[in-house]
Amino acid sequence: MSASVAQTTVDSLRALPGDAVRQVLWRFSSRFDLAMLVQSVRAVARGPVARLVAQGARLTHEWTPEKNELLREFDHSGITAAYMDPEAGGYLEGPKNLALALIAFELAWVDAGAATGSLAGCLALSPIHERGTPEQRSRYMALAAPGGPDEPKRGSFALTEPIPFAGVETGLLSGKVRIAEWPDGGEPLLEVSKRGRFITNMGFANFVTAAVDSDDPRIQGSLMVILEETDPGIFDRGTPTRKLVHQLSSTSDPVFQLKVPASRIVGGYRVENGVILPRYSHGEIIEAVFRRTRVTVALMTSAKLLSAVEPLIRYHRDRFRGSGAVSPGSPRFELGLQQKEDVVHRLLDIWATGEASASLGFQAARLFDELDPIEKRKDEVLEAAGVSGSMAAFKFLKRKQGDAIAALKTGAGDPVLQYLILDAQANVHCPACKLWNTGHGANTMREAVSLMGGYGITEDCPGFLGYKWMDAQLEATYEGPEAVQRRQLTVTMTNEIFLEQFRLWIGEMRKIASRRPGAGACTLASAMELWLWTLNYLQRIKLFQGSRQAVTFPLADALCWLLASRAQILDVEELREKGPDNPGAAEGLEATVQFLTDLCHIQAARAAGEVNRVCSELVFGHRAHPSWEGAGHSCYQEEELIGIESVVPGASGFTSDFVYEDGRVPDKAGPCVDMSGLADFNRLSTKVHGCMSGFMIAKNRAAQALQKVMIPAALDYPA
Amino acid sequence: MSYQIVVCGGIAPDPLQTLEPVPGPALKNEMMLPHVFDPWAAHALYEAGHLAKLNPGAKVWVVSMAPKAKLQQVMMTVAQKLPFELVPLDGPPGGFTDSADVAEALAAAIRTIAGLDLSRLLLFGGWESATRGAGTTMQRVGALLGITEQFLAVDQLEVRDGGSLRVWERLEGGRQQVSLCSGLPAMLAWATGHLPEPPNHPPTGMANGRLLMPALQKAKPAPAGAGCTFLDVSLPKQIRQTVIVKDKPAAEIAREIVEWITQ
Repeated sequence: MSASVAQTTVDSLRALPGDAVRQVLWRFSSRFDLAMLVQSVRAVARGPVARLVAQGARLTHEWTPEKNELLREFDHSGITAAYMDPEAGGYLEGPKNLALALIAFELAWVDAGAATGSLAGCLALSPIHERGTPEQRSRYMALAAPGGPDEPKRGSFALTEPIPFAGVETGLLSGKVRIAEWPDGGEPLLEVSKRGRFITNMGFANFVTAAVDSDDPRIQGSLMVILEETDPGIFDRGTPTRKLVHQLSSTSDPVFQLKVPASRIVGGYRVENGVILPRYSHGEIIEAVFRRTRVTVALMTSAKLLSAVEPLIRYHRDRFRGSGAVSPGSPRFELGLQQKEDVVHRLLDIWATGEASASLGFQAARLFDELDPIEKRKDEVLEAAGVSGSMAAFKFLKRKQGDAIAALKTGAGDPVLQYLILDAQANVHCPACKLWNTGHGANTMREAVSLMGGYGITEDCPGFLGYKWMDAQLEATYEGPEAVQRRQLTVTMTNEIFLEQFRLWIGEMRKIASRRPGAGACTLASAMELWLWTLNYLQRIKLFQGSRQAVTFPLADALCWLLASRAQILDVEELREKGPDNPGAAEGLEATVQFLTDLCHIQAARAAGEVNRVCSELVFGHRAHPSWEGAGHSCYQEEELIGIESVVPGASGFTSDFVYEDGRVPDKAGPCVDMSGLADFNRLSTKVHGCMSGFMIAKNRAAQALQKVMIPAALDYPA
Repeated sequence: MSYQIVVCGGIAPDPLQTLEPVPGPALKNEMMLPHVFDPWAAHALYEAGHLAKLNPGAKVWVVSMAPKAKLQQVMMTVAQKLPFELVPLDGPPGGFTDSADVAEALAAAIRTIAGLDLSRLLLFGGWESATRGAGTTMQRVGALLGITEQFLAVDQLEVRDGGSLRVWERLEGGRQQVSLCSGLPAMLAWATGHLPEPPNHPPTGMANGRLLMPALQKAKPAPAGAGCTFLDVSLPKQIRQTVIVKDKPAAEIAREIVEWITQ
């Protein structure tokens, strides 16, 4: 039986997707507060930030007065206060993850260093916001809020230390805390000593949230502590880090040797038997902080990819204009390099990657917005049940796992079950978007630079693509490099609650594919099945183990491709359904949806190809290479075939290789591989191949749209 | 003095976009392009905001005719700049709408503003428009509202003791005409004014947005321009001649340009 996708005639994409389309895709069309925030941040990004970059501000490591002026721009435009709750001087109600994600995206559209600088202040406040005492929250949020008579106080987050200490291994802390004085019945005075490495915002920070370990038997474990520049002792900002990238953020290697009251321990403490017991270890705080802030870093690279589309189209189209040899009206004049299939196809790959990574990042941001209030409700339930302490909470939640899995099908009203379901998703989506958006994004940015020719690696490159390529590499490292994300995924992606959701998502993609063949959903569903089968297989044969990173990490990488493609497909489905009701997005919607659907198909096919490659390597790569004899042999002996033939005439024709009685082997390339136990894998893998059908047709159609789409006459920022 | 200031202003496609007339007449893909608040009207709005800030109790309304979906997008920026209340009219965009129809719709909308005292009105708008360049819209609105004190191409406004107004209007040759207006109501169609664009301020936007979004949802249709027919529309002809020179004095370059223009 053969099936084909109905061919419909739709207008070609008329203009690049605008704000109204993006608002529907990324689900904030009903949030005018966020729409305003986007416009406000964009004015800063494409105004002062772009001018600084164009004037060469990135060419120095120093934190200059011109760079410092950006902080005021952030204050005036609402960027600084976006993180804060209204009672603390902010103006956005509710969770802020999507808001911060949009800020990062808009700033990184021009320069990710500016984005990092703006978000580093939030990072400094995050430990206080997430785990601080009410007094700490009240004091530092108020200090950092702009709009008062004084300049707001700026924060910095100090975790990383000189090698060989805290970095990838956040547990190895050289920063120490000990008790300097402990008056009878009074508050202990702590002495904190820490050297930082690659600490953002240190050029101007007024306070620092620092991770330190106990160096005193009267303090238990590690903690985070707030240091202020006016505390007695040494608050040395250190020399600027000689980084190659993100030059619009201030980074240096500071040294602290300060005495601070114990009330500065983030989250507070209690005293038992003369020992200070911090409420939270530094690890617990970091976990709560990074799982949110990593999403914003991921979106910085997404912004780069999508920002590259317009300058690349313009460069390709205008490539030969102005030459006397190319007359106006000729295909070469009108299309320039877009006449060449390779150019448009490669740009489509970049665009599709950008869309998928933005979809994944914003999906993760929304997920955390959903999770935040539910997490608070879960905490209330645990408190009411008398469950205190992280271990007791872990055991309590572990017991609820089965109920959570059951609730996936029936719906969960219980906040604990809702929390477990969302938490399982968030624990995968956060590292997945950080890993894939930045890692694969950096590779793809290289491709974007190459499509600009020699221009790409100059300071004059339109859209600052060369800078963005290099910046992407840092984004792949910030807040835990790729290996850290892979390691986290290795654990979280095998959580049964997540895997059960993953199975449901396969069905979800099948349903979309049923409604809309040719949108990539079917391809993706087949690849998801293959990934799941491979995971189960590798677990069954004990290859999937923490120490076998050559197995677990590639499988984590492959999962990221799938999640990004799924997020992209879901976003376009949202636009298809909600777009007609949105007057701002409705004009030319059919063509926009068709083009974005083609990008989904392109991306799904690439994801499926990548998953098939990874799974095949892992499944077959650990099986001995076939041989005529010894461990890898899978051959019949000639006499065995004769025996088979005597019982079932003709059956020997179904066997693979054999060895002649005299030891000779057939004159062929070699023995065939042993496929026993892999029939299902081969079936699924072949299915993925078949699901690639039509993807090049979609790509050709999108390529034609790329040649016709209308773009502005110039970039809207100086570059 | 608690002024009541009504600012009339439309929207215009982002100037970086290529604008190509198409049958309709309309601009190609106009509804898909990003838009901005008409720059001339924007100057009027900044002046209104400034005046309101200096005079506690003053209130600013913005009366705007545009497709409401586009107007909503534009307001996401404009509404952050200063406090005002929006009176939207869901009408056609761009420069192919007759100014008489536009003026009638705007005047009718202004009359419906609750609590507005027309005898104390300061009517602001753009002297020109990036899209509706007829240069007659504001005068018509003023006339329809019975406002006879009208000033065009205003560069500056000074409120004097006793409530009289001193108005600087732009003339040819860089000169200005200074007038004294004894009182309200008055219509001021602004040139560029002298105030910079206020920075975006999201909290102001949040405050405006609470009234703005419901107003947009209830925007009344304003089918202006139905009786107007255009025989032909086309882009102005462009001539481009490139000469590459090195180290030529500016005066010499200027002389050559003048010579080229006057050919």
